Order: sequence, then C-alpha cells, then structure tokens
Amino acid sequence: MGMSLSRLTEKTNIWPWLLLAPLGIYMLIFFVVPLADVAIMSFTEPRVSLANYERVLTGALYQRVFVNTFLTAAFVTLCCLAVGYPLAYLMAHSKPRTAMLILLLVTMSFWTSFLVRTYSWMVLLGNNGPLIAFLQMIGIDQPPQLLFTRFSSTLAMVHILAPYMIMNVYSVMKKIDPVLIRSAESLGARGWSLFRHVYLPLTAPGIANGSVLVFVICLGFYVTPVLLGSPREQMIAGLIGHQIDEFLAFGMGSAMAMVLLVVTLIILTIYHRRFGLDKLWG
Amino acid sequence: MSYLQLSDITKTYGHFTALDNVSLSVDKGEFVTFLGPSGSGKTTTLMIIAGFEKASAGTVEVGGQSISQLAPHERNIGIVFQNYALFPHKTAVENVYFPLQMRGVSRTQGLRQAEDMLSLVGLKGFGHRHPKELSGGQQQRVALARALVFEPSLLLLDEPLGALDKNLREQMQIEIKRIQRSLGVTTIFVTHDQSEAMSMSDRIVVFEKGRIEQAAAPLDIYHRPQTSFVAAFIGESNLIPATISSAAGKTAENPALGAFDYAGADNALSDGQKVTLLIRPEHIKLSRNPIEGRRNVRMTVETIVNYGDNALVIGRAGEVTMRVRVLGADVVIIKEGEECCISWMPESVFVITK
Repeated sequence: MGMSLSRLTEKTNIWPWLLLAPLGIYMLIFFVVPLADVAIMSFTEPRVSLANYERVLTGALYQRVFVNTFLTAAFVTLCCLAVGYPLAYLMAHSKPRTAMLILLLVTMSFWTSFLVRTYSWMVLLGNNGPLIAFLQMIGIDQPPQLLFTRFSSTLAMVHILAPYMIMNVYSVMKKIDPVLIRSAESLGARGWSLFRHVYLPLTAPGIANGSVLVFVICLGFYVTPVLLGSPREQMIAGLIGHQIDEFLAFGMGSAMAMVLLVVTLIILTIYHRRFGLDKLWG
Repeated sequence: MSYLQLSDITKTYGHFTALDNVSLSVDKGEFVTFLGPSGSGKTTTLMIIAGFEKASAGTVEVGGQSISQLAPHERNIGIVFQNYALFPHKTAVENVYFPLQMRGVSRTQGLRQAEDMLSLVGLKGFGHRHPKELSGGQQQRVALARALVFEPSLLLLDEPLGALDKNLREQMQIEIKRIQRSLGVTTIFVTHDQSEAMSMSDRIVVFEKGRIEQAAAPLDIYHRPQTSFVAAFIGESNLIPATISSAAGKTAENPALGAFDYAGADNALSDGQKVTLLIRPEHIKLSRNPIEGRRNVRMTVETIVNYGDNALVIGRAGEVTMRVRVLGADVVIIKEGEECCISWMPESVFVITK
C-alpha cells in the first residue's frame, strides 16, 4: 500500500491535476476572464488610450478618494488592532470557559452576514435609534449626527473586520511556548518590560498577518461605507460603483479598479517578502 | 554552612502528594544533581526553587535569606530549560544581554558583557546569529551563557542535555562542568540519566515518589546505596533477598544460593532480619571452574549481550537471575546454555536494609 502510494506521487502523473480541473475552469470563466475584461476595458473604453489612467492618477477628486481610502483603511486597521489585541490576549490566556465564551461571541459576529451587521448599525445609530434616544435621555438636546458619517462607517468596518485581526493574533498567541515567558521571568523581566521585549515581538507575526488582511479587505470595502458613510467621504470602491452604475463610465471604473488591484498586489508582495523572513521566528 | 536550604517542602495537588517533606542543604559552589524517574518530584522541587511553583508547606532559603515569598523575577536565579527557551526574535548576543537589560545595564556595556560570556561558553563570533541558525549544542551554550551572565545566586539546569545526541551530550557534560567550576556557581542539575549524574555531580540526590531516597557523593550512591530502589536505579545490580543468619559473623542466607559472607553494612543488623544483598555485575567473576578464596556459585548461562569492549552475561543460579559484567575478551570462554562458575569476594556484597 505504502509502496504503491509513494510510486504514485513520485511519477509525474496527470490525474491529480485533472482533479483540479473543475476548480481551474471555474476560476478561468468567472475570475480570470472577467478580470482580463476589466483590464482591457480600462484601456479601450470609450476609445483606445491611456486617458482613463491619466484622469484617475491626476484628477484631484480621484486622488482625494484614493488617499481617503488608504487613510481609512489604515485607521480601521489600527482600531481593529486596538480592539482585537486585548481581546485575543484574553482568549489565549484566560480560563477555558471564559476563552470559549469570547471565542463564541467573536465567531458568532463573524458568521453573521455583514449586510445584516451593516443594517443593524443603521438601526442602532439612526436618528430614531436607541443611541440617539439615550443621548437625549441624558440631557443632550441636540445629539450629533451619528449615521452617514465617517464615524459610523469606521465603527461598522472595525466591527466587521476585527475578527480577522483577533483570529490571526489569537492563533499566534496560543502558539507561544509558556516556557519562553517563564524563562523571561527567571531572567528578571515582568510586567511592561516582559510584554515589550518578549511577548509583543513574539506576537508580531500575528499582528502583521491580521493587519495586512484587514487593510487589504478594507481598501476594497463597498457596502458598508456606501450605506453608512458620509457621501462626501467616499472610498474608492464606492466611487467605482458610481462610475459604473450611474455614469456608465466602464473605462474609468475599470481603470480605478486596476489601480486599486495593482496597489493591493504591491502591498501583498512587500508583505510576503518581508514575512517570508519573519516566518523564521515561528 | 549551607548556602541553599530546603526545609520540609511539601507540594500537593488535590489529593496527590508530589513532594513529601523534602529537606536538603547545598553548599556554596556545589554541583548537585537531582536524579529520579519521571514523576519522582525532582522537577517539581526545581520549579519550587525557581519560584514557578509554590510549595504547599516548607521554605527555601538562599544564603540565609528566605526566598519563598519572592516572585521568579526577584529571585536572581539562572535557569536553563529543557528546550533552552531562547527568544527566537533576538540574536544570540541579544538573548544573553536580555537579563542585563532587565537589570538596567546600558546597551554598550551589556552587549560587551554578553559577548564575553559567549566567549566563555565557546561561542565567540556567533553572537549575531538567531537561535534558528544555531545547532542544538550551540543553542544550549547560548542558554547557559544567558543564565550565567547576570551572576545568579543559583544555576538551575532542567534536563538540559535531553535533546542532544550522545556524543554532543558527553561533550556538553564536560563543558558545563568546566564552566561551572570556573565560575564557582552553586548548581542544581535535574536529570533522569544516571551516567550524566555520576560523571558531573559533587553530590547526587535520588528522588522517588516525592521523597529523597538518598543524597550522597556519586561513588557512595553507587557502592553504598541505602535502599533497593537506589541500588536498582543506579547502575546495574544483582539484588538478592536474604536473611541475616549471624550479624556477629557477618553472614546472610538466601534459600537458593546458600550462605553469603558480607564485609559491612551502613546500618546495625540483627539476626533473622530480612535484607537485600547487592552485588554489582562487574564485581562478579566468570570462570569454568571454582576459584579458590572466593564465594563460588554455579550458573547456567541464558543470554550473552556483547558490547564489544565488554559483555553482559545473564544466567540462572538456582532460582535467582544473576547478571555478570565481563571484559569482551573473556566472554569467548562461554556460550549460551552452558554451565559455568560465578564468584565474588565478601567485600563485594553490600547489605541493604530498606
């Protein structure tokens, strides 16, 4: 049995590749071809030229939206880290029962459709919502506008994306050898210095992982900022939607999508290069 | 004047007693090995000294000061863990600098001290490497340097050689001993490997079932074990149940093998007392015919295990299984299944009362 198996894997065999064919064909038809179409459109609509890219890269509006998108993504990532790191720490280091409870809450939120979560925020933050009512109850006569602001969209995005951060950081924390912490203690470390010099660096791969994931997903976020955000604080995906839905400017939308794609790929490549080295610690 | 003093240490987990009234004093500069099977309490004792476990009762004193109430980071004890526990994100020299950094030593001075310590353990020029880029033996040396660089009051080694292959292990035994002597640091070494304990220690403490069976110099442990457990655990042994027939005449009796003369015992004996007689396999001679002046017994050879330079001959004498260690060259006189003579001197018979 073992013999025949190893022979099977040693020879270059077409069968394992054939098993991949359904997926390969699916990806080709529904991912590669449309993507190529988008790429081609960005150069050919409405006519063959680089005009779309010129507009995307030099137009003040587009530049502002790009910058805004990156700043928002960075801010959301930071918030996810600020919320997620302590929560992951609790999960990794509290008693099994408590850890299970937190894990359950995080995954339950994760499993709920993000459209549902987005709409729940609309209900919670809306002018007739409980938060406004609460603010009025404690004596604030003119409560600030909560919904359709940068605040509401950021809040919802952090809520939706934090589980990615938590799970990544948690899995790294869980893998830290407790002997390393003991060892650090025996060498005279404790409290903040133990955290800064030992614990934090050991969890850095999880932070990097989670941050890149959250950042990249956030760059392309569409529904939440469109539904919850301020119309003046658009993100790039929303703008692409506008171009295609309302102006039927397929060329412009495609060019913006390509720029976003290329930038995302660049980020992922840098991360991969860098993280390939960092994995040595693992 | 003892330097490290353990007094009546007891550790219980629920109904399970891991340590039962352990007391021990260790002199300054001494190299003491805790030896015992897994679960015997040796590691628990070490963890109590380090402060990672809290004793249910009893105290730990170092240099006359109780450290029982101190947290691990306040104890100033250097520990080398089984898997070395080097920080993977720091280079070798940064690892060694870490305890100095925690003590507020400046980076320039601390790194220099760390480099010096790395030289002492034979790793000059390896400081910039990360632990992943070092071999098991080199990681071990870094861990040792890190545990020593801050001049700890005690050095604790928790089975540090377990992960190394045989040759490297022997080399590291010598190295650790050399470094320990040159620094004069009081050291507790935990192992379940008796040859390691024999070759490195000033004193061996044998643990079994949460108690100290015996604490003595290696050769005393070997030649004068106080309990059958120690005799069986350390080295190879023939343990023969017997009854003292005459304490005055120094003779004992085994139903199958007859009378034994013995030279001495550490405890007072009385006639009719049940004892165990210890004869080490290398103290028994194997011959075709009885040898005059020795106690001779006939034995049927069952198994011969050849090690090249020596061989272990196992056979039956009466109802008793006897093990005889002979030089490799001598084993040719005998074959499995043959009958032969085994003999020993009264000095080779040691009486164990427990």
